[in-house]
Amino acid sequence: MTTVAPALGHGGVKRKEDPRFLQGKGNYIDDHRLPGMVYLDIVRSPYAHARVTHINAEAALALPGVLAVITGKDLEAAGLAWIPTLMSDKQMVLPVDTVKFQGQEVVAVVAEDRYTAADAVPLIEVGYEPLTPVMTPEKALAPGAPLVRPDRDQKDNRIFHWEVGQREETERALQGSDVVVTEEIYIPRIMTSAIETNGCVADWQSATGKLTIYMTTQAPHAIRTVFALVTGLPEHLIRIVSPDLGGGFGGKVPVYPGYVLAAVASLKLGRPVKWIEDRSDNLVSASFARDYRMTAELGATNEGRITALRIKTIADHGYSDAAANPSKFPAGMFHICTGSYDLKTAFVEVDGVYTNKPPGGIAYRCSFRVTEAVHAIECLAERMAHQLGMDPAAFRQKNFIQPEQFPYRSALGWEYDSGNYPAALTKAMEMIGYDDLRREQAEKRARGELMGIGISFFTEIVGAGPSKTFDILGLKMFDSCEIRVHPTGKVLARLGTKSQGQGHETTYAQIISEELGFPIADISIEEGDTDTAPYGLGTYASRSTPTSGAATAVAARRLREKAKLIAGHLLEVSPDDLVWDRDRFHVQGVPERFKTIQDISFAAYTNFPPTMEPGFEMTSYYDPPNLTFPFGAYICVVDIDRGTGQVKVRRFVAVDDCGNRINETIVEGQIQGGLTMGLAPSFYESMIYDEDGNCLTSTFMDYLLPTAMETPNWETGATITPSPHHPFGAKGVGESATVGAPPAMVNAVVDALWHLGVRQIDIPITPWKVHAILQEAGVAE
Amino acid sequence: MKMPVRVTINGTVREATVEPRLLLVHFIREELNLTGTHIGCDTTSCGACAVLLDGRAVKSCTVFAVQARGRDIMTVEGLMKNGAYHPLQEGFWEKHGLQCGFCTPGMLMTSLALLRGNPHPTELEIREAISGNLCRCTGYVNIVKAIQYAAEKLAAPVAEAQPV
Amino acid sequence: MIPATFEYLVPTALPEAIALLQDHGAEAKILAGGHSLIPLMKLRLAAPAYLIDINQIAGLEGIREEDGNLRLGALTREADLESSELIRERYPILHDATRVIADPLVRNRATIGGNLAHADPANDHPAVMLALRAVVVTRGPDGERRIPIDEFFVDTFETALGPAELLTEILVPSPAPHSGGAYLKLERKVGDYAIVGVAVQLALSADGTVAAAGIGLTNVGATALRASQAEAALIGRQPNEEMLKEAARLAATEAEPTTDLRGPAGYKREMIRVLGGRALVRALERARGGV
Repeated sequence: MTTVAPALGHGGVKRKEDPRFLQGKGNYIDDHRLPGMVYLDIVRSPYAHARVTHINAEAALALPGVLAVITGKDLEAAGLAWIPTLMSDKQMVLPVDTVKFQGQEVVAVVAEDRYTAADAVPLIEVGYEPLTPVMTPEKALAPGAPLVRPDRDQKDNRIFHWEVGQREETERALQGSDVVVTEEIYIPRIMTSAIETNGCVADWQSATGKLTIYMTTQAPHAIRTVFALVTGLPEHLIRIVSPDLGGGFGGKVPVYPGYVLAAVASLKLGRPVKWIEDRSDNLVSASFARDYRMTAELGATNEGRITALRIKTIADHGYSDAAANPSKFPAGMFHICTGSYDLKTAFVEVDGVYTNKPPGGIAYRCSFRVTEAVHAIECLAERMAHQLGMDPAAFRQKNFIQPEQFPYRSALGWEYDSGNYPAALTKAMEMIGYDDLRREQAEKRARGELMGIGISFFTEIVGAGPSKTFDILGLKMFDSCEIRVHPTGKVLARLGTKSQGQGHETTYAQIISEELGFPIADISIEEGDTDTAPYGLGTYASRSTPTSGAATAVAARRLREKAKLIAGHLLEVSPDDLVWDRDRFHVQGVPERFKTIQDISFAAYTNFPPTMEPGFEMTSYYDPPNLTFPFGAYICVVDIDRGTGQVKVRRFVAVDDCGNRINETIVEGQIQGGLTMGLAPSFYESMIYDEDGNCLTSTFMDYLLPTAMETPNWETGATITPSPHHPFGAKGVGESATVGAPPAMVNAVVDALWHLGVRQIDIPITPWKVHAILQEAGVAE
Repeated sequence: MKMPVRVTINGTVREATVEPRLLLVHFIREELNLTGTHIGCDTTSCGACAVLLDGRAVKSCTVFAVQARGRDIMTVEGLMKNGAYHPLQEGFWEKHGLQCGFCTPGMLMTSLALLRGNPHPTELEIREAISGNLCRCTGYVNIVKAIQYAAEKLAAPVAEAQPV
Repeated sequence: MIPATFEYLVPTALPEAIALLQDHGAEAKILAGGHSLIPLMKLRLAAPAYLIDINQIAGLEGIREEDGNLRLGALTREADLESSELIRERYPILHDATRVIADPLVRNRATIGGNLAHADPANDHPAVMLALRAVVVTRGPDGERRIPIDEFFVDTFETALGPAELLTEILVPSPAPHSGGAYLKLERKVGDYAIVGVAVQLALSADGTVAAAGIGLTNVGATALRASQAEAALIGRQPNEEMLKEAARLAATEAEPTTDLRGPAGYKREMIRVLGGRALVRALERARGGV
């Protein structure tokens, strides 16, 4: 297979950011303390749908240490009761008259300390008149359903209809196919559950007129602009500082009511205001992920060639469309669902629906709905293979987009940049010993033992995105890097992205080191302070390497161009006679006549060409020409306990191709973490609401995160197919594993049970779900 | 009615006067200004708050500060000695056992207690020992490797006495 | 996340603790390990005005055999039960149970006395104590009482303890020769409460028939349950495969599971049968001299 020698060959450099975390000296939001700081807590609605009849805060205000109470009516007067969402819908900060999900913020209270604020919450009397909640899209779309959003012009619970592809041709193609498999797939709602919850410290300084908000945000600049538009405060007097983040996974992108409330409280009281969510606050109100009901159909010939794909999706968005999607794509990149296969005919439609649940939708490493898309196509592909009596790996090999077909224009309009799918699948099969496993499976099946092998081959789509197609609230999705070199050859670089644990302080330094030769130890990376960092759209959807990573290389190369001119000046030769060699320019053919990048750095301030601007600094705002398309081959082996229905993941091999890798160790860490966030929804996590709107999974007692005991030893491998349009051929990888893993696990369970008549299974795959299947098939122990 | 609470923490005697209901984790973070110990949940589930109390790993969110009067506490801030990393800190760094770092102090303290009681744990014993510490970033694979690294380092003969 | 205010009391002797309980009645709660109580207080589902911390009372901790009994002090931490060689060798059913309670950090604080006194049907020790036919020793205003385990669990979160009575010790009869036990717990993930749990303690006669049987069921009723029909069916019988299957089947009929987030009632009932069967096999192995 082809492996282009990577432009970067640093391998697993130890992370620069680790020392402070290892010493317990990280700077997370709850570590921030400002003089005079007070605490904000929130009264939340016990009802999923109710009119707020009255609020009596007298007893709370009488409690010593309580400073203020904020209600929806207070915000209404300031035009802040409702704020726009990232999808141009609107959401409440606090209700003026009606609450729309259980756990919704109803009243805010501010007190001198955290404990007094917590005491004040139960003292605030709120009267509710319960209304009928609408808890499923089916109920929401039923005729005569209560309106979740009577404030909207349309008098039903629909949000949007979005479609792409060839409707009639797809219908004809499916009708004309030898075989069609259809699946009704429900991917339930899940919550990112980073170990650190959301929070902020809002600090309004009336003497300067400046509002600073320290905030758990993955997108500080976008948030600053939104705050400016929403509050009317001048944008240059708003500063958002995103500190060390204890995980994000998309859950730290939205503007949460708590941020607005803290800002309002700070403005009102003239003191810094801290708000930190409890875990249960987070589980009942933060941005959800998934909640897609898909009717997915795949057609093929008897010989196993895919003919067409059709997916109809109902998307449960909660009470507001606050999904953090690029504005033209209310279903994100869902139309990547044609996947890794060469198929010409496809049609997709997505209908968004309101329900009485919290808003959100783009989170949990979904890469803008790519998890949902890949789940559909990979479950369909595997099922089609079984249906046709073909080995699932062979079926995929038969239908793959071939290496020579790249760049490949998909039936639904994406241009895939590069790929070598057959090589990745072959490698995964070798790593896991696929043929031996099939033999073992046959032997076990003859003895009545249940063993399954499942494959998932995903094509991801990341790096949003080119300005002609992508924007969030109008803000184009470029990203940035500003590199400033000091006279003594030390570097400070700032970017518009924001790490939540992905190791940016190391990887961006590695890129600069590779381009300019500065030792990694001499390079400092900063993100997150909107006063100093160049504008960017932040880190989510695996976009940092494709956008800011590219900007870093571009800025560094511009510096190298300037360095060349300075070197020529110092060496008294034409720059055309100079050769770059890792960390220096030398005269062509005369290597002993050189100037190092450090020499050049100093000279940029002390001895530069007479016509040149002094200093040594470059900024790049990178507008990517296309997205990038990482891919991977995942194979999962499961064993099922016939007595209890428990599924054990015995082995899991993940071969990922994210183009050139900056830091092998960091990439592998992203994959291991991502696979675990693929295991979790497959077997353990789902948000459960009863029909009265009560959230039943509002703590970690019942919202189950896997521990080290549930998590297998992930086996990872790599192929490298660089992106042709990226400055150093890299693609981004943060979410690949979460995207690719669930179908492999689902397919493995279905494979184990196929001979019993099982064709599909929805996640989470609980032991009782499996046990019911075994009982029905008469093979339960 | 506030009460004085005196503890020895990371070898130093510290004192504050607090309400009985003050959780030990808040006492450590806010009265003693040691913010390395973190809070990640409200049902004693996540282990981000793990510290050593009289040498045992406990979830400091489920102990009142008053219960720790006169006791010995160790937090992540107490791991380094004379500017040198403990082998566990080294292991987490070498083996990429942390990403966002939020669960890391809890993981370090739990694994310190593990290695003190069981210097040569098997992989299964390591996974069991950290089963009360949730991590969302790493998938645990490298955390296990980090602890194995430290166990080896601690077991190896050294020139000077290595405090465990 | 933040408990309501309370007054904190630390008696140093049992009579003092009892007197405090008498004084404050329903407004007071005992603080032992605190890992059932404090989580409830943080959610404000419990808000006692007085917390009586009994951890300073000497003599309430310990694991030893004496006069034909295993004597477990109420304040013995689960972690100490887990690491006890005596328990691992002589009472493996107890070792099985203690090591699946919550997680290792919780076990460093949680106490066996608390696990029993809290009377959560989801706790693991109650079913094990039923299987072992333990006796609960208490101290109250009227002195010491010994309560047979079958009388101890009255209802969910309710025991036979009087309002000013403290659980001080648990007595487990030392095993007869050819005894063995096992506890199996099915959980959604490690650290969770049981979907179901089954505790089995068997004693065999010289001829290999079952001389005594104790079977306790976790989390399939308002309290831990004794599967008395299953027990009775085993007495005097040869414990062959068919017999064990029958006992497991009977135990399942005696369960009273409800449907909740840990599964449908029907599934839980089936799991009592499956786990019961496996626990019986294991207990028998140990009774016959295996480990």
